[in-house]
Amino acid sequence: MPYDPRMVQPMRDEMARMGARELTTVPEVDALLGDQKGTMLVFVNSVCGCAAGMARPALNLALKHPNRPQQVVTVFAGQDVDATARARQYFADYASSSPSMALLRDGEVVHFVHRHMIEGRSPQEVARDLIAAFDRHCATSAVQ
Amino acid sequence: MSGQVFHPGHSELHGITVVVETTGEALYVGRYHEETPAGVLLHDVAEHPAPGSNLSREEFLARTLKFGVRAERRNLVVPSGEVRQITRLAHWEKQ
Repeated sequence: MPYDPRMVQPMRDEMARMGARELTTVPEVDALLGDQKGTMLVFVNSVCGCAAGMARPALNLALKHPNRPQQVVTVFAGQDVDATARARQYFADYASSSPSMALLRDGEVVHFVHRHMIEGRSPQEVARDLIAAFDRHCATSAVQ
Repeated sequence: MSGQVFHPGHSELHGITVVVETTGEALYVGRYHEETPAGVLLHDVAEHPAPGSNLSREEFLARTLKFGVRAERRNLVVPSGEVRQITRLAHWEKQ
């Protein structure tokens, strides 16, 4: 059952402040992920304080790095249920967990951050791993 | 901040995805909730060996690390007497 929208709004706002485009419907997901070109990070948001409370600040830190995905989008697990399920179909080889992050390049998953890679770690530690992935896959000189 | 306990009153592993090795053949991967006199309570649990799977323990864990936990059970209590070792999944490949 979704949480009270007023409770999760700050978590949506946190994503919006870092420039993430929120996808709340299946058509919105398909429009962005259906023929995805370039690099895109999909952030599966969550109300879980112990993991998502680290993951959002981690992404915010990582997005300050010069090499970063061309687009950042987000779906909210447990809130926008259909949109989240649809987004997960685009990286269906990976088990569902939230929070999680999929880095896509031309529609292919090139890096995935599972919940277990976030738990118990600081935003700085998670950001460091994200930045390494951005350097590998999002640098303008990265092999396409 | 590593290792911080986000939920006061819970153990350090609360909410963390762990590998539970048992004294027998079974191995479980799930989110640690708590340990009670009955055993270790895990949520969203994958199990090895799984019915119909030929993966070795190492292959199962390698696949879980890469593709995540394919949970087959919502909750599971592993009896305390059967728990041999508990390791964070994220630390497994560093062993």
